[in-house]
Amino acid sequence: MKAWLTHHLHSLQTALAQFRMAPIASLFTILVIGIAVALPTGLYVMLSNLDRAAGGVKPQAELTVFLKAGVTEPDARALAAQLGKADDIAAVRFISRTEGIDKLEASGLADITAGLPENPLPHTLVIQPRQAEASALESIAKRLQARQDVEHTLLDTAWVKRLSALMGLGRDLVFMLAAMLGLALAAITANTIRLQIYAQKDEIEVARLIGATDRFIRRPFLYFGGIQGLAGGIAGWGVVMLGLQLIDASVMQVARTYGVQFALGGLGLVELLAMLSVSSLLGWLGAYFAVGQTLRKVETF
Amino acid sequence: MIEISDVIKRYPGGHEALTGLSLNIEQGELVFLTGHSGAGKSTLLKLIAAIERPTSGHVIVRGQNVGRLKRAALPFFRRNIGLIFQDHKLLYDRTVFDNVLLPLQIQGLTGADASKRVRAALDKVGLLKKEKARPITLSGGEQQRLCIARAIVSRPALVLADEPTANLDDAYARDIMDMFRAFNEVGVTLVISTHDQDLLKRYGGRNVQLAYGKQVI
Repeated sequence: MKAWLTHHLHSLQTALAQFRMAPIASLFTILVIGIAVALPTGLYVMLSNLDRAAGGVKPQAELTVFLKAGVTEPDARALAAQLGKADDIAAVRFISRTEGIDKLEASGLADITAGLPENPLPHTLVIQPRQAEASALESIAKRLQARQDVEHTLLDTAWVKRLSALMGLGRDLVFMLAAMLGLALAAITANTIRLQIYAQKDEIEVARLIGATDRFIRRPFLYFGGIQGLAGGIAGWGVVMLGLQLIDASVMQVARTYGVQFALGGLGLVELLAMLSVSSLLGWLGAYFAVGQTLRKVETF
Repeated sequence: MIEISDVIKRYPGGHEALTGLSLNIEQGELVFLTGHSGAGKSTLLKLIAAIERPTSGHVIVRGQNVGRLKRAALPFFRRNIGLIFQDHKLLYDRTVFDNVLLPLQIQGLTGADASKRVRAALDKVGLLKKEKARPITLSGGEQQRLCIARAIVSRPALVLADEPTANLDDAYARDIMDMFRAFNEVGVTLVISTHDQDLLKRYGGRNVQLAYGKQVI
């Protein structure tokens, strides 16, 4: 056990000594890995911020029915109750004209509503269908549109759907970028390791001749790959944080013009740990393949 | 200790370094391999050390058939053999001490025990005072002695030396041969290749002379 530990410690020291031997080259490699890590991570952070900014709106199938201006509140309520009994309608929410204007004011548009001579809003019904499909919603909309007391029907789902589709696209992009740049990370590591193996050919040959196992020879390189991946991950995190710092002020300015407070969020602890583990793992994997392949070439027996 | 029967070693390109060699070496023997350059001395040592495999025939070392040795078993096979090279094969980026420590590290031996054995080996070859030096600062004879210290630190029963005195002047060569004889006296089997006939006259031991891949004496 103790021998095993000292051996691992020795491998770790050997790996760290490699960084010390070529600090500038190592720094550049780490920076390249950092940028490769920063791209998908940065995109991911932007997406989660966008998600948060959208207020966590769920793409729920809803139909908004604006009644004609002349319809009185009791009539509107009666209609709501009547519609609520229909087979294909799950629930009807009634929003009166006054309630509507209050909501508008509360959402920060008080400046606009204050300038109006009278409440322009009609009574409104928000209808939830029993079935969430667009076709069910459309058939209800068609039916209601035909009524005398209905001014206009509005399918709320369209923009929410669009947003969620865009977010989905964004998420796919994150995955694709992560996969591609992950591959790049492994390849970068493999390349540095390959150069190192050639630089240490003599040492490997001697170690082989005096009875070193493949594992003994491989281990310092694996440590090197893992550490390089980890350092690259940390650098990538730094790049993302720096980027967020740079755009934070302008994002806040944009938010202020909409009258809302919004501060950019960074990576959570779990996400950060996941990112660092993935980048170390990729470094380790790159090293593993490079060592396996290159050692076979250096092979004599 | 070593049984070699009908061994042929053909290199890619068709050159035959050994052309049907048979040879037995008993435990505790001191054997000099002699012959012209290209006679197959180095090839024979490489076969015994499992650095190369025979094309045909058997090379059996300590009961293990080198030709059939699995890759995974190779490191453990080599740990029982001390190898001394003409070009030393030292690692120049570490100290004299660390060079000798390497075989022990490979075998998982570390700490005070290992240090004691490294110093004992350095003492035997007279390099104890230079343990902190880098190999590049040592003379040719000292580098060869360092290589010997590395070969014996794990106390192998068999030591193979390929032209250990080739680049050394007479005094250094005698130093090293005295060392080898001392190892042999404590029971180590030694196989030494050399083209220096004077060594033989001076040190006795068994002479195996090769010519064109075959034993002539």
